[in-house]
Amino acid sequence: MMTPATLSELREAVLSAPRVLAVGAETKPRLSAVGAEKISTRNLRGILEYEAAEFTFTALAGTPLSEVVSTLAEQGQYLPFDPMLVDAGSTLGGMVASGLSGPGRYRYGGVRDFILGVRFVDGRGRLMRLGGKVVKNAAGFDVPKFLVGSLGRFGAIGEVTFKVFPAPESRLTLKIPATEDTIAKVGNSRWAPDALDLLPGGEWLLVRLAGPGPALEGLAGEILNQFPGEIIGNTIWDDLREFRWATGSGLLVKTAITPDRVFEFPAAHVSCGGNVAYSSALPLTGLTLRGDAPLWIGGRNRFALEAAVKHALDPEGRFPTLDD
Amino acid sequence: MSTAALERLAGLLPPERLLRRPAELAAYESDGLTAFRTRPLAVALPETEEEVVALVRHCLEWKMPFVARGSGTSLSGGSLPIAGGLVIALNRLNRILKLDPRQRTAVVQPGVVNTQVTQAARPFGLHYAPDPSSQSICTIGGNVAFNSGGAHCLKYGMTSNHVLGIKAVLATGEIVSWGGQSRENTGPDWCGLFTGNEGLFGIALEITLQLLPLAECFHTVLAGYRTLEEAGDAVSAVIASGLLPGAIEIMDALALEAAQAAVHAGYPEGCEAVLIVELEGPREVVAFERGKLDAILEASHPVEIRPARDAEERLAIWKGRKSAFSAVGRLSPDFIVQDGVVPRRRLGEALRRIAEMSGETGIRVANVFHAGDGNLHPLILFDGRESGALHRAEELAGRILKMCVAMGGSITGEHGIGVEKREFLGEMFTSDEIDCMQRLRSAHDPFGIANPGKMFPGKGAPALSHVGLHPLEKAGLISRE
Repeated sequence: MMTPATLSELREAVLSAPRVLAVGAETKPRLSAVGAEKISTRNLRGILEYEAAEFTFTALAGTPLSEVVSTLAEQGQYLPFDPMLVDAGSTLGGMVASGLSGPGRYRYGGVRDFILGVRFVDGRGRLMRLGGKVVKNAAGFDVPKFLVGSLGRFGAIGEVTFKVFPAPESRLTLKIPATEDTIAKVGNSRWAPDALDLLPGGEWLLVRLAGPGPALEGLAGEILNQFPGEIIGNTIWDDLREFRWATGSGLLVKTAITPDRVFEFPAAHVSCGGNVAYSSALPLTGLTLRGDAPLWIGGRNRFALEAAVKHALDPEGRFPTLDD
Repeated sequence: MSTAALERLAGLLPPERLLRRPAELAAYESDGLTAFRTRPLAVALPETEEEVVALVRHCLEWKMPFVARGSGTSLSGGSLPIAGGLVIALNRLNRILKLDPRQRTAVVQPGVVNTQVTQAARPFGLHYAPDPSSQSICTIGGNVAFNSGGAHCLKYGMTSNHVLGIKAVLATGEIVSWGGQSRENTGPDWCGLFTGNEGLFGIALEITLQLLPLAECFHTVLAGYRTLEEAGDAVSAVIASGLLPGAIEIMDALALEAAQAAVHAGYPEGCEAVLIVELEGPREVVAFERGKLDAILEASHPVEIRPARDAEERLAIWKGRKSAFSAVGRLSPDFIVQDGVVPRRRLGEALRRIAEMSGETGIRVANVFHAGDGNLHPLILFDGRESGALHRAEELAGRILKMCVAMGGSITGEHGIGVEKREFLGEMFTSDEIDCMQRLRSAHDPFGIANPGKMFPGKGAPALSHVGLHPLEKAGLISRE
């Protein structure tokens, strides 16, 4: 496995073999389970710029999320979408390539909504920077967003710039019985929940509030007046973040859904207010993150454009395709 | 253009919806960037998605350039017609196809006006967050094409952050459909790539938007300062406090003078700058954060702090702010709205340098900006009747953009490159990067028929002429941002 330590070495690595794929810590191993020379980003790490007052940071792709999370926390800031598999060792680049956001996506958006810029190597070995480094930028096509969820099939991500937010003063978690109606009612309420997730089993809805502590207690009291439930510890989110509930087969599949389909996924962790299901039993559709299943379960939409864009960024097919 | 192509075009729409006469075309010659105008060959007014698809496929067959157009409010000349080309005006595709209050989404056609989405959502306690100043007239199709911003981007992002799904006809004639009702997706973010394409990829036919619950409570404060620098320091203090305001805006003395004259906003007297900060959320949260914000502002040496006491006063504050651009039309027969971004910590330095450049050139510049985002909108005043005045104003605008890039910022925060800034794309991107974007463009549009002459530097510079304010602007119907 190649282990470039600089962006120019990443470029050389891309050009060194007819078929390559950049990988991080491989915490979502099914995404990279294809025939290609692997380029590990393990030595391509470090936070290059972090200006707390700008709400932005730039870091190399192999930077572990744990390092990012703790560096931001020192300045009272965070990535509001709650990156997943942090303890498991996930990297920033892996997070972007997999497009995996956590429960906090519910309130302010996911990886796609906070990425600002990227430096990547295309299939012809060109190292390029697209997007920008400031919190607002509309210059040129939004390639950084496109690379979110692209599974490394269109380019090798070397460096990324993200927008961050000030972290809320405190958080409070409520556990109430889950019904489709409850999800809609809490979601459309004045309480502005920070996260809204169903625990595997489908019986319980977690409502996370975030903001100034004294205000949250008042909100929590009002919610518990309307729904039977209780306040529980915030550590439950750590378990969800690491998929600790998903033991057994080892299968883990992400499916984008809508809240009216939540109860089709009783065994899953349904996150983001009923908009995404993480299943450890084979669902009818979805993207397999780990385990023994096709990458795309139940197929996916394909347009002629996809091949044209692939050709634009990787004319020689140096990276695998989304179907490999 | 061959007669055959025109004949075939005429067969696609009834004659009253294919404008050909000069008098009919005149209204479409320009957009919000009024210094440019070009007469198109024809303007098509489709009413259905099928008609749009047929028009695009016709253009493909005859290699006829086309420009999709909503309300023509682009400030970068994004909807400037192409000589000999077709304008596809989408205003009649103005239906909200679906509004799902439980899932908090709306599916709209491209000609739906921005505020109509919020109006339709409000009975359900919801709203559509992106709020460009021209929101009462600009269309969602245009917002998607240019990834429009607004005053609340710091917390809620730009248009792209609210687009969940897109059905579009590409310039290849292919109909694509990405995303949909879910807030999540798997695979590459095709919607993200399409949003902000500046009309170079194709035409969005249906757009699925995310709606957000209306905040229960707002705390909007207007604070006047003796100097711009003090206002800028107040912004830094607010940011450092860990608060996340929905909006942080600043207007300078010249912009204030204009807004005051236009809408009698009642700003504090004797101020060189006015700062607007808005908090929003559940009332308990706002009550708590309000104390924090008020303390920060009181310590920031304001001349006066004026919190909005009710919804009406809040609206008045925003009305003054959003009318500022057009109001500048009262100070000067013509002006250019710039849209650079600098790192927030360099805002003060950027404003000083702009003031110096203004002094050196003798060109007046008013500043209205999204201080929370570092997004500057210098309004460069000139009188187009003076020989060379437009050229000098453009030169100054160019110097400001170069300064933004040199400071690590961007040449556009929310208006796009369009015609106006295409010669500056190379300031931000290398030739490899521009080539990469051109290849992406070709993937969507191999013949270069969709809005050619925009975004990328080079051939086919449109005619530059002085024309003054947009007619709708003069009538007070639209405003610029």
